[in-house]
Amino acid sequence: MSKEGRFRKRKHDNVQPRNRKEEGQSKVNPLSPVLLSFESFQKELDAKHDKYERLVKLSRDVTIESKRTIFLLHRVISVSDVGELLSESETKFGDIRSKIQQIAQELIGEDTCQFHRAFSPGLQEYVEAVSFQHFIKTRTLISLDEINKQLIFTPKTEEAEHSEDSTLSCSQDQKQEQQPLSLQVTPTDYLLGIADLTGELMRLCITSVGNGDIETPFEVSQFLRAIYDGFTYIGNTGPYEVSKKHYTLKQSLGKVEDACYMLTVRGSEVPKHVLADVLSSKPSMIEHEEGV
Amino acid sequence: MSVSELFSVVQASLAADQDVREEIRKVVQTLEQTAREILTLLQTVHQMSGFKEIPNKCQKAREHFDTVKTHLAELKTKFPADQYYRFNEHWRFVLQRLIFLAAFVVYLESETLVTREGVAGILGVEVHRDKGFHLDIEDYLSGLLILANELSRLALNSVTAGDYSRPLRISSFINELDSGFRLLNLKNDSLRKRYDGLKYDVKKIEEVVYDLSIRGLGKGDEPSEGKVAEK
Repeated sequence: MSKEGRFRKRKHDNVQPRNRKEEGQSKVNPLSPVLLSFESFQKELDAKHDKYERLVKLSRDVTIESKRTIFLLHRVISVSDVGELLSESETKFGDIRSKIQQIAQELIGEDTCQFHRAFSPGLQEYVEAVSFQHFIKTRTLISLDEINKQLIFTPKTEEAEHSEDSTLSCSQDQKQEQQPLSLQVTPTDYLLGIADLTGELMRLCITSVGNGDIETPFEVSQFLRAIYDGFTYIGNTGPYEVSKKHYTLKQSLGKVEDACYMLTVRGSEVPKHVLADVLSSKPSMIEHEEGV
Repeated sequence: MSVSELFSVVQASLAADQDVREEIRKVVQTLEQTAREILTLLQTVHQMSGFKEIPNKCQKAREHFDTVKTHLAELKTKFPADQYYRFNEHWRFVLQRLIFLAAFVVYLESETLVTREGVAGILGVEVHRDKGFHLDIEDYLSGLLILANELSRLALNSVTAGDYSRPLRISSFINELDSGFRLLNLKNDSLRKRYDGLKYDVKKIEEVVYDLSIRGLGKGDEPSEGKVAEK
């Protein structure tokens, strides 16, 4: 009988904290203020982690799309109709920006820096793509302000795009209508993006040599030199990642300068009509040197 | 704008950023100093003689927290309020320490777990982000985990000092804390790593309680001394 009684009692114990995980701990009262406050902590932490994950996902999408756009822009040397290519890249940038807008949407009312790590890689890749396009178009460096200007979104399009969130953040949307939504690229992200850009420029330079384009390599080398000087000017004022990229930048610059040197030396001794042939054999030579 | 102009703009903003960080670092250093003083003060409860003077010690510690308040108020003025997380890593460590110290004082005084509001009150900061310099939830939880570690030590030492009832009270307190933490879904970050240490503290205290209970809750001094030697 006593056995049965104990069994019943234990069963009863289990029923009470049914919705709780720590059923074994009958000692702790599930309604104690400590546990209640931890329940609210659980909600708060989960909400934060969920938001973080959503941002990471969006950032990855931005990264992938930006990479694709860069690949698209690399075709610029082999394609005759540059205008068409640029307009194609422009539509791609539209898609990326709408993704970034979603990031900004997630960050409404939040401290942007708290989640910065989640979306920073995406933004850097975006800076790289956008500055690459800008270079191809104008042969100049896009400024941080210009990039940020493109990332200010008017609330009208935002509502159309966010049918899913509209019910949830209805009141927020209304509040947002007074001030447009924006996501600002930090100077550090800008610098890191520009450092990546130099890698793309180096590729552009080498491939254009392969295509017999004698103008581009010199333009690129001049531009790269200016950027390199800029990074040297910043030195170690910036964060650690920036100085790390500085080294890679130097290598890229070295390759481009080598290519230009070759062009100059060979260009003067080879007759114009043979030049194209000589130049198209150049990339393999440079590639070979890289390997050593 | 030419490339070099663009870079000088960026450089200027980076330099400004560094200045802010430098200012923050200075204040944080004084905060760390005060935190160490409080810790030294509270450490003495582990000594034999310290147990009797706990209220006195807590009183003194509370006075130190007033200094902390002024330092934290100073820290607030060093950066824009909406950039808390940008510079957060500078004071993260010391803030966790201070949370632990506040929680320790509250525990010694009333044997209860300090609430987030309670800590915020002691440190003179806000609970929620939108109101200014606030207490990040993860920092609060980290502080509590440091507390658990300290209490497991206190349980041992109170036995040595001849206080046999305290470990039991600590045990139920830590158990409650443990079940609280088990409600959380932690990510694989530093908080989670700290939380993984909690079970060892729980275990340690349970062993103390076990040692006491098999000896009839500490009648005589011998068993407790033997226990401490084993540790």
